[in-house]
Amino acid sequence: MAGEIDAERVRQIARLARLRLSDDEVMLFTGQLGALVEYVRQLDAVPTDGVEPLAHPVPVANVLRDDRPTPTLDTEVALRNAPQREGPLFRVPRVLDQGA
Amino acid sequence: MVQVCGLDVEPIIGLEIHVQLATRTKMFCGCPLEFGARPNSRVCPVCLGLPGALPVINRQAVELGVQAALALNCSIAELTKWDRKSYYYPDLPKNYQISQYDLPLAFDGLFEFPIDDRIARIRILRAHLEEDAGKNVHDLPGCSGIDLNRAGTPLLEIVTQPDLRSADEAREFAVQLQRLVHYLGVSHADMQKGHLRFEPNINVRIHRDGQVFVTPIVEVKNLNSFRSLHGAIAYEIPRQVEEWLATGVTAATGNKRNRGWDDTREVTVPQREKEEAHDYRYFPDPDLVPLTVQAAWVAELRERQPELPLCRTERFISEYSLPPRDAHALVEDRATADLLDHAAEAGGDKVVLGKHFLSLWARFANERGTTIAGLRISPGRLAELANLVATGRINATAAAQVAEAMLANHDAPTVLAEELGLMQSRDTDRIAAWVTEALAANAAAVQDALANPKKARAARGFLTGQVMKLSGGRADPKIVGELIDRALAERAGA
Repeated sequence: MAGEIDAERVRQIARLARLRLSDDEVMLFTGQLGALVEYVRQLDAVPTDGVEPLAHPVPVANVLRDDRPTPTLDTEVALRNAPQREGPLFRVPRVLDQGA
Repeated sequence: MVQVCGLDVEPIIGLEIHVQLATRTKMFCGCPLEFGARPNSRVCPVCLGLPGALPVINRQAVELGVQAALALNCSIAELTKWDRKSYYYPDLPKNYQISQYDLPLAFDGLFEFPIDDRIARIRILRAHLEEDAGKNVHDLPGCSGIDLNRAGTPLLEIVTQPDLRSADEAREFAVQLQRLVHYLGVSHADMQKGHLRFEPNINVRIHRDGQVFVTPIVEVKNLNSFRSLHGAIAYEIPRQVEEWLATGVTAATGNKRNRGWDDTREVTVPQREKEEAHDYRYFPDPDLVPLTVQAAWVAELRERQPELPLCRTERFISEYSLPPRDAHALVEDRATADLLDHAAEAGGDKVVLGKHFLSLWARFANERGTTIAGLRISPGRLAELANLVATGRINATAAAQVAEAMLANHDAPTVLAEELGLMQSRDTDRIAAWVTEALAANAAAVQDALANPKKARAARGFLTGQVMKLSGGRADPKIVGELIDRALAERAGA
């Protein structure tokens, strides 16, 4: 992976994940994330020339289902964990722009 | 090349099209797809993104995707996989969309369609499967409401190369694509329900003093009508030229912009976006194993592929002697076009069938507010009626009466024609009697036919008409002619 894990990188990742971090937390996570990346980086030592990229670690393909309806959740059950609701709708802060 | 502000301008347009697939259930769960259902009533742990829920691929969605891709002359990937496209938005409950990033279902296609007396050839970059997001309901005071019934709906995203050169061409592409996916049964292709959504990528090459300037690419998001697609492109072309004249900014990495379409003012408007908005951090979805689309499966799907509308229209023009416009209209309704082919396969005269489909059957269908297929008449009976006309056993007027009777009961057309007394009479004795009667009643005409070379022809025609009249139009005109000739010859010899 390109780029070191520094405070700026952690802030950017937090922004993407819609997390608000304090400066202390940025420091904490910079250290933790850096250690994680370092750990995974050991894999860079393995020679992979001529090895096909793996699409999935499990050697199984084509798990498919038929196009047949299955029972749905009751609306009341679906909304039970919502912090806020508006009738049958999930209520969220107003969305102004298409983000994606 | 078009002229804008006195400059030679070449528009460069590519399209991304989202096609909603005509499955009964969602892409990765068995929730039924139902437009207009009560909000959040077609949801389950999978499409709500609840922890621990696992997606399973809908086979039908894959098959519909492959069928569309085959019709677009794409290569089908032997191995295709699923990736997570991460972004945070309230209508996306998992905080990622399952899509296909580096190994799409299909790639390298070509779509050809006629426009302005030429054939447009638009290359297809790729086509991949993904799931739709939920719906935002914006009309709540100070907040938004989210309905997740649509979340997880299977979509095929088709991406063209930037081969389109005008708003007209882009619109025609979209119209033909809609027709195609509808014809294939791949999508219900209902524009009102947002089954097709377009996102054009537009920029222009400006030629000035032997130099070429390329404007930054603008992507117009979420257009759901042919009119807005055309409008957005037609608006962007001069806008980009004017902006370039004012700022001199040309295309560079990172300066692609998103705009939206204001349907009431008919202008594109900038979309507010954060700089990291496009950091989607794609990575393989560990919840889904890859999909291998074996050659045998593709072959089977290819086998099921119907003849495509443009080819079929051409064939109808030559095979059924139809005018192009009528052939186009007939092909538009697949069930009716199939019925015409089946009637021809049942041995019906093709030219007469073509005429019947354009005139009498079309009229009855219109009167009843249905299609010709909706009249529910079997191919065999259609063929039989056509052949009664083709062999001269009933005339065109009689055919309309028989057709009407066919709608009321299931007897064979021949039986109906006989019951209605509409069969051309081949009973020579009866016809001979009519001939005798007509000749006796029209001595002057007989005289002309026999002895007045100037009037002979007209007189013979008049006598034929009299016989037909006596027969109520049922006498076979050929036999009438022969018997008149014989009767006249006998008199001349006498």
